[in-house]
This record gives sequence, structure tokens and C-alpha cells, in this order.
Amino acid sequence: MSVEVAGAVRAKAEGPLKLAVPRGALLDETLDALDAIGIETAEVRGESRSLIFEGDGIVLVTMRPSDVPTYVEAGAADVGITGKDVLLEQADRVVYELLDLGFGRCRMVLAGRRGDEKLGESQRRLGMMRIATKYPRTAERHFEATGRQVEVIEVKGSVELAPLIGLADGIVDLVATGRTLEENDLEVREEIVECTARFVANRVAHKLRAAEVDELTKKLRETTSS
Amino acid sequence: MIHPIPPGTRDILPDEMRELRRLHLAMVDVFERHGYGEVATPAIEYDEVLARGDGRTADSAYRFFDERGDLLALRSDMTVPIARLAASRYAGVEPPLRLCYLANAFRAVRPQRGQMREFAQAGVELIGAPAPEGTVEVVEVLEATLDAAGLNRAVIGLGDADLYRQLLTELGIEGPARDSLLERLAGHDLVGLEVELSELEGVDDKQIETCIALSQLRGGREVLEEARSLGGAAVERATARLDETFGALEARGVADRVQVDLGLLRHLGYYSGAILEVYDPALGHVLGGGGRYDGLLKRFGLDLPAAGFALYLERVHVAQMEKEARGGDPT
Repeated sequence: MSVEVAGAVRAKAEGPLKLAVPRGALLDETLDALDAIGIETAEVRGESRSLIFEGDGIVLVTMRPSDVPTYVEAGAADVGITGKDVLLEQADRVVYELLDLGFGRCRMVLAGRRGDEKLGESQRRLGMMRIATKYPRTAERHFEATGRQVEVIEVKGSVELAPLIGLADGIVDLVATGRTLEENDLEVREEIVECTARFVANRVAHKLRAAEVDELTKKLRETTSS
Repeated sequence: MIHPIPPGTRDILPDEMRELRRLHLAMVDVFERHGYGEVATPAIEYDEVLARGDGRTADSAYRFFDERGDLLALRSDMTVPIARLAASRYAGVEPPLRLCYLANAFRAVRPQRGQMREFAQAGVELIGAPAPEGTVEVVEVLEATLDAAGLNRAVIGLGDADLYRQLLTELGIEGPARDSLLERLAGHDLVGLEVELSELEGVDDKQIETCIALSQLRGGREVLEEARSLGGAAVERATARLDETFGALEARGVADRVQVDLGLLRHLGYYSGAILEVYDPALGHVLGGGGRYDGLLKRFGLDLPAAGFALYLERVHVAQMEKEARGGDPT
């Protein structure tokens, strides 16, 4: 009778708590936060090629940030840390977003070539902009909410390339310092949303392992708000 | 030659079917022993009739016209068809009415998520028994069903469907803002919840804190005390209802596996009062759920309180298998 659709999915809320740790840009600050609440991270920081690190009462599982909601939703990881940009792009994944960790701050923006009126021009004469992005669903939602029609083009690699050689009029992308945009002669036209790292939990783990999840949430809140 | 079937559907072959059949029989046997008679209803109904049960969220994903041009829909659960059946076939019968089913229902799927368009649910509907006794009976049958499936570690979450609707009304929040907040609460998006609440006028920091703290309260009967200390008339009413239900569960000796959960919210629009969700440590997804829907039958012209639950048959089977795999005693 739940709205969510029944599928035969298996993952276990047993054994030590499994925490999904994002590799990449959020890794260092995530490990700093874990250190601060007394979770050993030296092994993860080391040269090891392993993906799974067993600690004292907790298992750290490292993965791409965009895989964190997938593992946590299925319960393969009980809790996890990932960026709000990932959660927005995968808004249909059922994970509980328990805490804004405050680090990894960056902005989702619409950018175009510096001084180039192409965005407005396409909109005016064609009624349509072509937007390249790695975040097609976030981009579509933004333009829909602001009443503009766009053609969203999904790319996997350096999205800055697209407006430079004529694939798109502009891009929707995540910027931290803005240096990559600048170096590619692009400028921010609109800010869509600010993103930070979030602490998420599987819904069954949140119920069946309430004490452990609450304890972790509380400690993370204390260390990240100080 | 390979011939495709639509994503979200599947064939079941003899080895699995044999186990599902055994599980099915064990469950229906429990239902029958508790006095519930098995019924079947058509998989297709008039869209208009299903929509009467739950206009906003029944979301039958599959609608089509018949040869006369009438709009038909595939059922998305069994609670609404049984409400329709009870009102049409048992209007004059002395309540309570005890019905059970094992049936397939149909929902839309999102691509590549292992979700099923067609899935089997086993459940009961107890019509004409008010809270708390009716709720207690449903929980008792649910526990016996889980036992029969060998899932003796499963936990039943018990919440209150009216808590947040009333709490937000109490805070003077109405309309789309309220719907959006309920959506955040249902999904436990605590960050979004805090942001949206803080953007509303007339909601102070303490009220925001209360709302968030409340949604995280889950555990034994003692969390009701914690909830009450957060204050407010809506909280008072909900905790009183939950306390009454929990007390009745204890009196019947079926409270051990029940977790009081002030954060529980179900998306379906017809729930009122007690709501239930079932979890098993072997599975990352809910096994099923249910609760009270005291206003649903009235929409079909039969003004009786009602409660029930449904378990996803395939998920129960997976949990059973996982448990056996790690050496738990299969039943």
C-alpha cells in the first residue's frame, strides 16, 4: 500500500553500520569530518586500492558521489555522504536527507560565453536555448520552473567545451571557485542553487538502527556546526 | 527466439513459484485462522470508482477505454477495490467484516530501478472495528503472518497519519506550503524541511526545532513522553491516540515488535489515525504497510471505520531467502 513500487531488492541492515564515503572533491573534507567524530580514516587516506575499510563498529565504503544515493536507497550502505547536486539530480531516489554538513560548498549555475548575447538571442529568435550539462534533470526543472523552453544536451566530460565550439548556447554546471569558467572564457549568468555535502540514510536503517544513526547524526551536527 | 516482455514485469518459473505458493498458502492460512475470508476482485475497474477512493494518489498508471468508450483502470492496490466491494455487497451485514486477499496490483515504474509494474500483495481488511481494538487485531494478524513467513525479527512501525496535518494547521500553515512540507516530512528531507519552514512567516525557531525533533522520535513507548514534552495540542492528541493504541497492544501481548514512530507518514491520501510500516533487517526496503482509513468506506456510502495491512509477497520471499542464507532457522 506504499506509493513506492514493490521490487525484489535485497540489502541488509545487519552487521556493523556501513557508511558510503564519496571519492573525489568531497573526500578530504568528508574524512576530516569523520576524524573529528572519532572514526579512523588513516587507511582510506593511504595508498590502498581497496574500496572497503573496516573500522571499529563501522565500515567505510568508498564510491563515486553519484553512486551514493543508489547504494543507500537499496540499503547496501546504511548511511552516506554526498553532494546536494547529486541528490537533486537523483531526486527520485528514496533516501532520508538528515543533515546539511556545510562543507563542499559550490553553486549550480547557468553560464554562457563572456560578453556573448547568444543565450538571449537564441531565446528571442528561436524561442529556445540549447544547454549542455551533466545535470539534465536539474537543468530541465530549473528552466521549467522559470518558464523557458530549452533543449538540454547531456554530456559526460568537460561541459565547458560545448558553448566554445557551438554544441550549445550555454551550460548548467557546478562551480566552486569559478576558475574553470574563467579560463574557458565563460561567465555566470544565473545562480540556480547552492549545494553542500549532505548526510543521508536508508529508510529501513533509519528505523531499525535508530540509535546508531541518531548518534552519528548528532556527532556530525556538532562537529560541522562548530 | 527471444521475445521481450515489458520492463517491470517478469515470468515466474517452477522453482520460485513453488516457494511463492507455499508462502501464499501459509499467509492465507493465518488470515483464515483469524476469521478473514479470502476475496478476489477484478484487476480492471472503472477509473471513476477507483478515483472515488483516493482521487489524488490512487494514481492508476494504466488507463484505457473499453469497447463502449468507458474509462477503465488497472488497480494500484487492493484497499480501494475492497472498500468498493464491501459497500456494494455487504451493505446490510452486521459488522465487523473480515476480508483478505492475495492479488496482483499495478503501478508505474521509473526506468532501471528494479521496480515492478505488476506485483503481488497479501493483506487483510477489517471493516467496522474502530480504534484501538480494530488496530490491535490488525497488528496481531500482521505479526502472526510475519511469523508464518519465518520473519520473526521484523519490526512494525506505528505512527499517526493526522499528526503533521494537524500540527501544521496549528502553526497556521495551509494550502500548497502545507502540502510541500508534508511531502518533505514523508521523505525525511530534514534539510529542506528546515529551509522551507524558516521561509514561512510566523514560524519561529522553536517551532521549527519541534517539527524536526518530532520527526526523528522513534523507539519504545517512552518516545511518547519525549514527544509530549515538545508541546502543542496536535502533538497532545496524536500521542494520546498512539498511547491508547500502544496500551491496547500491550494488553493483548502484541506490542513487543512494535516501534512507536512519530516520523511515520504514508503517501496514500486515505489514511487517518494509526499507520503501520513493516521492516526486516534482511532487506533495505519496507516489506509492506497499512493502518486505519476510517473515512474511506464512507466515500463509497458505507460509513464504517476500517483498518488493514498489505505485504509485498515477493519482498517477503526475498527476506525469507536472505534469512535462510545466513543460517536463520527456516520455518
